[in-house]
Amino acid sequence: MPIPYSEKVIEHFKNPRNVGRMEDYDAKATEGSPACGDMVTLYLKVDEATKTIQDIKFESYGCASNIATGSIITELAKGKTLDEARKINWKAAAEELGGLPAVKVHCSVLAVDTLRAAIRNYEERHGLVADREPTTVEVVEKRLRHVMNPLTGLDIVKTHVVKQMDVSNGVVTVWVDLTRDHQFANNIEQEIRERLEPLWDVAEVRVIFNDDEQE
Amino acid sequence: MQDGIIYMDNAATTRVDPAVVEAMLPFFTEKYAVASSQFSHSPGIEVREALDAARATIAQALGAAKPEEVIFTSGETESNNWALKGMARAFRGKKNHLIISKIESRSVLDTAQALEKEGVRVTYLDVDGEGFVDLEQLRASITDDTFLVSIQHANEEVGTIQDIDAIAAIVKERGVAFHTDASQTFTKVPLNLAETPADLVTITAHLIHGPKGIGALYVREGTPIAKWMHGGFMEFNLRGGVENVPGAVGFAKAVELTSATQVEYMSSLRDRLIDGIMARIPKSELNGPRYRRLPNNVNISFHYAEGESTLLHLDMMGIAVVTGSACFSRSLEPSYVLMAMGKTHEIAHGSIRYSLSRYNTAEEVDRVIEATAEVIETLRRISPLGKDEK
Repeated sequence: MPIPYSEKVIEHFKNPRNVGRMEDYDAKATEGSPACGDMVTLYLKVDEATKTIQDIKFESYGCASNIATGSIITELAKGKTLDEARKINWKAAAEELGGLPAVKVHCSVLAVDTLRAAIRNYEERHGLVADREPTTVEVVEKRLRHVMNPLTGLDIVKTHVVKQMDVSNGVVTVWVDLTRDHQFANNIEQEIRERLEPLWDVAEVRVIFNDDEQE
Repeated sequence: MQDGIIYMDNAATTRVDPAVVEAMLPFFTEKYAVASSQFSHSPGIEVREALDAARATIAQALGAAKPEEVIFTSGETESNNWALKGMARAFRGKKNHLIISKIESRSVLDTAQALEKEGVRVTYLDVDGEGFVDLEQLRASITDDTFLVSIQHANEEVGTIQDIDAIAAIVKERGVAFHTDASQTFTKVPLNLAETPADLVTITAHLIHGPKGIGALYVREGTPIAKWMHGGFMEFNLRGGVENVPGAVGFAKAVELTSATQVEYMSSLRDRLIDGIMARIPKSELNGPRYRRLPNNVNISFHYAEGESTLLHLDMMGIAVVTGSACFSRSLEPSYVLMAMGKTHEIAHGSIRYSLSRYNTAEEVDRVIEATAEVIETLRRISPLGKDEK
């Protein structure tokens, strides 16, 4: 096997559950892009009274880990309430799959994020979300906890790759404790940008490496 | 390898020909004396003669003027390291500029970057959409400070065969040394050093059904390269250490077993595979040139299907290929060769390389076309991309 996937990952990769397009969905979300190598679209059909997920479907342009996670989280989410489904994290998915190689965790996180984004999409459509909260350092930190260091499979906040964060006048600055020639420098920067740039009140994201010129 | 596996990763390494193994065997258990002991005893002389004969065979295949221009190494990586570092060392304090292309093999690129850290100035030449080096940029980049130009004969990923005679002419006109990594082309694409004025040429055995761990650097007489391995006068005082005689004998045998007929055969399989896939699978794109391409290389990108997933499905069907997808690389970066050719990330993520050898058959090629079509169809069915286009 080219990459050491568990049997369960391979099984879900070969026969993904809940795969395909849904036309009469109540909510939909897409995360990732063809450029970053993984892209997931997820559709929800929700019972309005009980807020339970009646049907769920996903489509994936991605690697085996991405497809298998999409398959397993849609299985886990089906029949659950939105609040229960929101609590499904990549750890639960990875455990259910019999583990994932560290270098592949970020592909799996993407699938989990898409589920959460779809839930949020439902809540926004049905007026269940409170007003937009302004972006603070806490919000930034929370988002960066979804960016993995592929070397360790752990997030960059927990592993202190993020040294410092600043938010002022719509500019978010993130200082990372890596040099530009680090194996995953480009990858990590790209993911940081993908997490922060969509925030409604963020105009610019700056990622500063140890060897960057400081102003 | 397991029976029934269709192996199409011959640009990475090849199956050793049983006749090569046969030729090597006596040099493990019978003729095992040290070749450089020729002045001490007759077992050493016997082995020395075998080493000289192997060197002569390889020198002849290269069109070298003298067998002594062929120096055995452990393979492509070592030969490339030596060519670049050996020349940088020879010119230290005199000339300090190296020119390579952006699509060189890892062993040239990484060595150039290591030299950069030691203060060498490196120019990385651009390539066009098919992977051909920009000859005008090459001409303009050479300065009085340039000590070496290193440009591969052909690219292992997309198969582009450079116009090596034009490149050598431009470099030699300026009196600069020229190195080419011919690992992928040796015995497959004509290179006659009696006509092409390359000073240093990298070749390796394991890509032509020879053993791993043996290769050579051709060093044209008079090239001022620094000694590589210290610890003895072996290999004309350029590379110390006990000679790998079984390897050298196996390498020479592998060269003898190659033929123009095999090259034609591989080319016909290559064309069958390219034409078959392009006709059978819509939204597929050939990477690299259609002609002036390695006889055994096929590299195709499939839109809306990610490479690692394609590779994994093919692997489960018993077909061994590789992808330029970021998801498959240790650095999570897409193929630097495809990126240098100006391809998009999506093209790199969806690229699959099939590399053939004389052991592949037309029947295998047909099975691979069908299997690929099936896999791509499956992956496109679950992909969120491409469905809205008609």
